[in-house]
This record gives sequence, C-alpha cells and structure tokens, in this order.
Amino acid sequence: MTMTKATITGTGMSTIGRNTGRPAMDHLLEAAQQAMTSAGLTRDDIDGICTYPGKADNSPGMSPLGTGEVRGALGLKTRWHSAVPDGPAQMAPIMVAAMAVMTGQARHVLCFRALTESSSQSAGRRASIAGAGKPQIGGWLSWLVPVGAMSASNWAGWMATRYFHEFGMTREHLGMVAIGQRQFALMNPAAVMQKPLSMADYLDARMISSPLGLFDCDVPIDGAAVVIVSAADAARDCARPPLRIEALGSALRSAETWDQRPDLTTMGAHDAAADLWARTDFKPADVDVLALYDGFSIFVPLWLEALGFCGHGEAKDFIAAGNIGPGGRFPTNTGGGQLSGGRLHGFGLLHEACQQLWGETGARQVANAKTAVCGMGGGFIAGAMLLNRD
Amino acid sequence: MRPLPELTPENTAFWTGGERGELMIACCDDCNAAIHPPQIVCPACLSRNVAARAMAGTGTVYTCTVNHQPWMPDMAVPFALAVVDVDGAPGVRVTAPVLTDDPESVGIGQRMQIRFEAAGDVWLPHWQPLGAGA
Repeated sequence: MTMTKATITGTGMSTIGRNTGRPAMDHLLEAAQQAMTSAGLTRDDIDGICTYPGKADNSPGMSPLGTGEVRGALGLKTRWHSAVPDGPAQMAPIMVAAMAVMTGQARHVLCFRALTESSSQSAGRRASIAGAGKPQIGGWLSWLVPVGAMSASNWAGWMATRYFHEFGMTREHLGMVAIGQRQFALMNPAAVMQKPLSMADYLDARMISSPLGLFDCDVPIDGAAVVIVSAADAARDCARPPLRIEALGSALRSAETWDQRPDLTTMGAHDAAADLWARTDFKPADVDVLALYDGFSIFVPLWLEALGFCGHGEAKDFIAAGNIGPGGRFPTNTGGGQLSGGRLHGFGLLHEACQQLWGETGARQVANAKTAVCGMGGGFIAGAMLLNRD
Repeated sequence: MRPLPELTPENTAFWTGGERGELMIACCDDCNAAIHPPQIVCPACLSRNVAARAMAGTGTVYTCTVNHQPWMPDMAVPFALAVVDVDGAPGVRVTAPVLTDDPESVGIGQRMQIRFEAAGDVWLPHWQPLGAGA
C-alpha cells in the first residue's frame, strides 16, 4: 500500500560551519544548486517552494530567509509557494510539498531550511532563546520563558529527568547516543565536530540543564539544506532513482505545551509515529537507516520508542546493545546528527537519509539501504516520514 | 531582559492571583475539569462556563531540572525548575523556579508550596519546598 504519489528527487547541503560569516543566502544558493544538480533539474523546472518556518526574527539567525527572497534570488516563477511555521515540526514543508505535488499544484517543489545561528551568537545576540529582548511574550512560550525556563534544554531536561526516574536510564545511555553519532561524524567530512568523543569527555563536560550536559545538546551552525519534492510522474526523468514517500504521520493528541502532556516520557512523536505505521504495510524491521531528531540526545530514545523499534522504557537497553551506532542493525543519524553534524533543524538529517538511500555516503554508507524512517521534532511538535526506493 | 507574559482575558487570573497569594486555575463550572493553560471553553465538555478558582497552592514535583547555563547576562545560576502537579487540579501542572539554596536537592515526588514575586504587572509563581521557610 503506497499512500502517496510524491517522491524526493534531489538534496543539497551547503558547506556548514560555525561562525562562517557567510550570509544565509550564500549558503542557500549553494544547497539549492547542489539539490537541483542531484535531481537533474534546472531552476526553470522548479515550480514550487516551501520552507519551515518562514522568515522569523524570534531568535537571531533561526530563520533568516523566507520564500520570497529565495524565489527572487533564484528567479523562480512558481505555481505554488508556502511557509509552514505551525505544522508537524521541521517535516511540515516536506509534507505540504508532497500534498502540493499530489494535488497538481506543482511538479517540483524546492523545500529549504537556512540558519545562521552560529554567526548570530558570535555577534553577541544569544540565538537560542525565543522572545529574548522583547518586553512581553504570548502563546505557549509565555508559560515557560517568563518563569525562567528559557531554553529548550530545560524542557528536554524535564523529559530526561522523568524518563531516568521511571526507567532507570543513566547519563551513560545518552552518552552512547552522543558517542555513536560522533563516530559517524568522524566518517563525514561535512560534520562540524571532528574530534573523537570518549565517555569520559562526555561525562566531564559541563552541565547545561540536568541531566543534560554539553554533548547532549546540538551544535548551532550556519548552513542551509534543500530537499526537492517531486510528483511521481515528474520524477521519472530525474537523475537519481526517486525516493518514494511511502507514508507520512503527523497526528498530535495532546495540547500545545511542553509541560502538560500527561506522560512526559512520551512526545508528540508517539502520536505521529503511530499514524505513520497505520498508513503503510512496512514495519520497523524493514527499516535500514534512521533519521531521528536530536536537538537533544534524549529525543533519540524517545523517537526509537515512538516508532516501535523497542518498547516503552526499553530504549536504554536497545541503545546499549549497539543497535543505533556504526555497524548496528538500525544505524541512526549516520552523518553525525545535529549533536555532531550541526543543527539544521532536521533538514541535515533528511539530507543524510536521502544520501544513504542513493548510496552516496562514502565510509559510513549502510549497505544496500532501501528504506529510511525520518522522525522530526521534539516536545509537542512531530512529523514522521517513511522513504523507500526500488 | 526577560519577557513577561502578555495578559489576556483568559490568563489574567493566573498571572495576577499572586497579588493575593492565590494560585488561580481555570476550571469548568459544569464538569469540574481543571484547564491549563487557561482558555474560555472547557476542552472536556465544551462548556463556556469556565472560571478561575483559587487552589490550595500546594503540589507534587512531577519532574525537574537544574539549569546551569546563564542564558542571559543577568541570570544567576544554578537554579531548579520544577514541573508540579497541582493539588486539587487533576492533570494541571504549574512550572516555576524553586526557592532553595540547594537546587540539586529538588526531586520527583517532593511536596511544594506556591510563592509569588511581583514583576511588572504580573506575579510570577515560584515553588518552595513544603516545610521550608515561611
């Protein structure tokens, strides 16, 4: 059963880095050109554009580009465009682009994400605090930021504290996630972190928001990534085998909050993932490679459980058994993830999953990878996707 | 500068109850569901008869974290942030910093008492370990 007739035909990523000093558009153009080349398309073929979240100034460098500027820069004449700040996490632009090509609004949609958080932090403007510097704040953030829970590391820290309490996970288990992804990063020249990470390094690093330390947090960078979503019939002429979007999941059954979900050892991910599997005959055992949102290390075990790779509370043993690192049965975030590769808000993870299915990841290539599952988002936002190639 | 919450008709009772030392939680007058964040309709029964009620001001820590990173120049660290199940309001948690000299001692299951500090036109909640201080 194939739910969608949408595919991914091309991906690109700029030369990401810390403090690059390059404008966001410079990164974006590099990623877009790479993506169009990988798909065998030109800008004249691109007739749709989509992004998450759209141009936003709620924290510096978090989203410096909107669809308008990118349309202008590339001289695009689109038939459909959209930005999705309020949707199934960083997966939202891929999902709405899939719906756009399935309903004939466009044939090739350029989906992008650009960040310059590293340069913005270095310019003295703290990047990762939403609403900082504003006198007042509304919406779900107003229940967190004014009481001092300013950083997402605090919100993720609550989930980790509760999970540790209920299931006996320890910092060493999260260390295994961080170390495994660092081992992948050492096989990926594009990853920003290129020094080996030992368990002692991990445990000795300074605490950020307990029980999460420095290496439990992803790395702010400057960079851009592009994913091209194409209609299945339009994908046949592309340069690479189209990656079929086998299923999408974006259910959300709890409120828009980080602290009120009845069970904080689960996330919106659990709702979205359940819906994903309800829409396909594929099973977790069919998956060759995983792309799981790792803004914080604790999200990885929660996504593993959400997607059914192990039972609730079993992720620590699943991780300790070596399943998700290099050589494991379910290699996860093979480019180093955001913990070691840099924070492209899910788009770097998507880029890596696609590269794996095309067999283009060099030393870290998973042999004959045909099926990838992608889970994006943390807390109450989540979107899941299953990709498959023939 | 730390932003303060924007006051709305729905949330004003919560953010200003501290002037009287009261933890105000929206409740449904028809089905008694406690509703947080507050809204004008009960999500359980869709009644519009929603009004804020004063709670006892106590609760139990559901989860917590100790923040060590100064996210803003004037932020004193470390401090504990507790997510507390509110007594008398099933399903409602109030998240606030903990008033303690020993943030590492804050833990799941600990009993807490609400305290408030004025900030601009609102009163920000804090949790104080029950039995400690005044």
